[in-house]
Amino acid sequence: MNDEPPISPQVLPPILEICGVTRRFGGVPALDNVSLKVRAGEIVALLGHSGCGKSTLLRIIAGVEDIDGGQVALGSQVVVGSDVFVEPEIRNVGMMFQDYALFPHLTARQNIGFGLKKMPRKRAAARVAAIIERLNLESLSERYPHMMSGGEQQRVALARALAPQPHILLMDEPFSNLDRGLRERIRRETVDVLRALGTTAIIVTHDAEEALALGDRVVLMDKGRIVEEGSGEAIYRTPRTADAALFFSHVNIVPAQPSGEWLESPIGRFPDRRARTAPVRLFIRPQAVALAEQGIPARVSGRMLLGEIEELMLTVETLNEPLVMRTTTRSEVEIGDDVRVSFDTGSILVCEGDHTKTRALTPLVDAGGV
Amino acid sequence: MSDLALRPLRRRARLIPSGWAVFAFGVAVFAVLPIVVILTTAMENTGALWSHIVAGILPQATRTTLTLLVGTAVLVTVIGTGCAWLVTAYRFRGRAFLEWGLLLPLAVPTYIMAYAYMDVLSPLGLIQGVIRDLLGYSSPREFRLPDIRAMWGAITLFGFVLYPYVYLTTRMMFLTQAANLVEASRTLGTSRSAVFWRVALPLARPAIAVGVSLALMETLNDIGASQFLGVRTLTASVYTTWIVRNDLAGATQIASAMLVFVVLLIWLERFARRRQRYASNAQRSRAMAARPLTGAKGAVAFAVGFLPIFIGFIGPASYLLGAAIRRIEFAGISPQIVRATLNTVTVSAVATLLVLVAGFVVAYASRIRPGPWTGSFLRLSTLGYAVPGTVLAIGILIPVAALDRFIDRSASEWFGLSTGLLFMGSGCALVYAYTARFLAISSGGIEAGLSRIAISYDHAARTLGHTSTGALLKVHLPLSRTALTAAGLLVFVDCMKELPATLLLRPLNFESLSTLLYGEAARGTYEDAALAALVIVAIGMLPVTLLARVGTSSSDPVAFTDGAQESRSGRGIFWKTSGRRSAST
Repeated sequence: MNDEPPISPQVLPPILEICGVTRRFGGVPALDNVSLKVRAGEIVALLGHSGCGKSTLLRIIAGVEDIDGGQVALGSQVVVGSDVFVEPEIRNVGMMFQDYALFPHLTARQNIGFGLKKMPRKRAAARVAAIIERLNLESLSERYPHMMSGGEQQRVALARALAPQPHILLMDEPFSNLDRGLRERIRRETVDVLRALGTTAIIVTHDAEEALALGDRVVLMDKGRIVEEGSGEAIYRTPRTADAALFFSHVNIVPAQPSGEWLESPIGRFPDRRARTAPVRLFIRPQAVALAEQGIPARVSGRMLLGEIEELMLTVETLNEPLVMRTTTRSEVEIGDDVRVSFDTGSILVCEGDHTKTRALTPLVDAGGV
Repeated sequence: MSDLALRPLRRRARLIPSGWAVFAFGVAVFAVLPIVVILTTAMENTGALWSHIVAGILPQATRTTLTLLVGTAVLVTVIGTGCAWLVTAYRFRGRAFLEWGLLLPLAVPTYIMAYAYMDVLSPLGLIQGVIRDLLGYSSPREFRLPDIRAMWGAITLFGFVLYPYVYLTTRMMFLTQAANLVEASRTLGTSRSAVFWRVALPLARPAIAVGVSLALMETLNDIGASQFLGVRTLTASVYTTWIVRNDLAGATQIASAMLVFVVLLIWLERFARRRQRYASNAQRSRAMAARPLTGAKGAVAFAVGFLPIFIGFIGPASYLLGAAIRRIEFAGISPQIVRATLNTVTVSAVATLLVLVAGFVVAYASRIRPGPWTGSFLRLSTLGYAVPGTVLAIGILIPVAALDRFIDRSASEWFGLSTGLLFMGSGCALVYAYTARFLAISSGGIEAGLSRIAISYDHAARTLGHTSTGALLKVHLPLSRTALTAAGLLVFVDCMKELPATLLLRPLNFESLSTLLYGEAARGTYEDAALAALVIVAIGMLPVTLLARVGTSSSDPVAFTDGAQESRSGRGIFWKTSGRRSAST
């Protein structure tokens, strides 16, 4: 949790620095001592369940929400702190809304030009034309929002937010109103545009896959706190808390007893050189489960096709709950078949202690590996 | 792309409230000032010091007022609820006409109603003449109907002209709620006729109470009708004590006594609205299946529904039309009436503008800085709607006259010139009274209109570099245009119709249409009054056409009528809309 994300060679000062921000609604903390740094050009995915405070944090950065403690700095300027509040209109922060908030009485072109009022008219028109061309919105430019599809509205909203060239673009669930198929395409296009323009962005989402796909860095929030942050790869493969592990996919949880350099469990013994004393739980992702020639016996109790992925439910006599297995290769098994199951020990995580979710996770320290 | 060493950012210290909140505070202070003045003045003159005039008048006037209120309440409940049920539960020839036609009496102020019927029903008038002819009498000495200038006459007239308040709220309730519950009760074995008593009526009780409280506020406010009909209510006593007996202190005391009624009515309305909100939590449902009535039954149903329209609108309106035509044929259009019309339109337009601006200030302030302060400013700004015009007028007269005297004295001391009654004489006091009285219509309607605009529009505008004032001009104003228009229309028409405050606060030699009519009726000279009344009724029909669209499923008047409906029947703002928004797609 403490080590910094990979730093790019040219060390830039953070463009956004949030320090110990706290926000309460009626005494209930929506944000509790949140700190975050974002560097120029970075795309950060802010991930969490609804009500975890991620949207509140976004609104605080934009300046449409006040804080109860801490401070926020954009560049070297403190924009909100104990005795400072910079009005949102002069922060030059772009914001995209879940419902897009396109003004219904203005055309796409007028919407896009809405944030350029301080610019000379000709330059503003040129800027609008440029962004319309960049996002291929020519055919929509004279339409009103109600004449556009959801995807078109999304692109116009993006263009509008980008037109004033904000220091940072804040996006609140920008893809959640789109159909599934469309969503992936629009998401890819959006990221391409952001990358091409070198835009710094924070994207709020409750969709774990989306966060992994989008961000240079994923920041996971829960109950008003940042619980974990890191690259998508790291936060998925080696989450440091049970919470984070459970956020991204189903996890098979199996109790285990330390015994010397091994962990004994109902599904076999695993090498672990870390000297443990108390009972632990093994966190095994469905992808780490595989059918094998040798291994523990199990019976196929369910089989479901999830597109490219196949999910099997495997009942093991010694376990209360069936193991969930996911694979991209088609297995030739049917419900009721007896099979054998093996595990990818490299990706098993060990959770020490009781059932509290926030317990730390450590990888197995493989005796044979060294 | 981001160059952070841009211009230095402007900052503000935390504790300085925004300009909007400050203005909203100012509006609230102005709206509440007259009421505070009345109360403090009354406090100063406690018990033993009450003037003898008041001691003589107050008990009788209170009894009269109470009788009038109770009688009117009963009559508007019966007519309003009955008609609402008639056009909801039954289908017959002419129902579509009745649905909106039953709202028409809203266009007729009580004093015009009384004015028209006094003439029509006078012993020498049309009706009695026809009856005498039919019965073969030759002179009023041989036969006459009981004189309408009595309590029963007042109650009847008020009932037939104020029932639309109950009709409107109750019908909304029947339209949105009744179907499912009525059908459920039918399946549970309730007979068709028992449905009204066992289901519809209990269901409509809060709506009826809201409508009745609004009707009674109008009754309490009325000065013309009770004066014409010789019913000495509290309002009439305030006027006579002040103007005729020249006893301002006494008038203030009576006015403060009236505030008791006001508080009771506000309490009734708010209590009922809270109940109504519970009831309307059920999801919006289709209208109930109406029972068809054909032949004679249908004709009877139509006749029953037509009677209130005839008595409350068609009768007086056609009388006024006839009288006005005769007057124009006889004397042409007098300069007097032209001047009065101009006066009325000018003062009403200025007041309407002020009311809209003030309404927008309090509604917008509570939107952009939500909190207990701005919320209470919004609420306080609406208190005037329940306060009778006479009471409000006294509450305004006292501080404004004092200010006038102060300015006059200072001006004579410093510059050696007398300014006279600067604010009273210029009509400022009158505009103030209109503003304080009708602010609730605009702030309520505008608040309802704003609540349909998603808050993300505000945030989008702010993050795109617009100040909150800029956002107002470029986003909120265009998007709430319909609500604004509806509120403006309602306020304008109410200003035009207003009599009591106009009577008391108008500058010398200033006649509006309503005071012109009042003066002629009081003198017994029936000259231009009918024409003045006709103009008022004609303009008063404009908002009725708005309200009439409620419940009809025409194409896209929803936003417009919702605003009108809410600001009229929801004069108080205690009717929070549930965040519906029609602005976005």
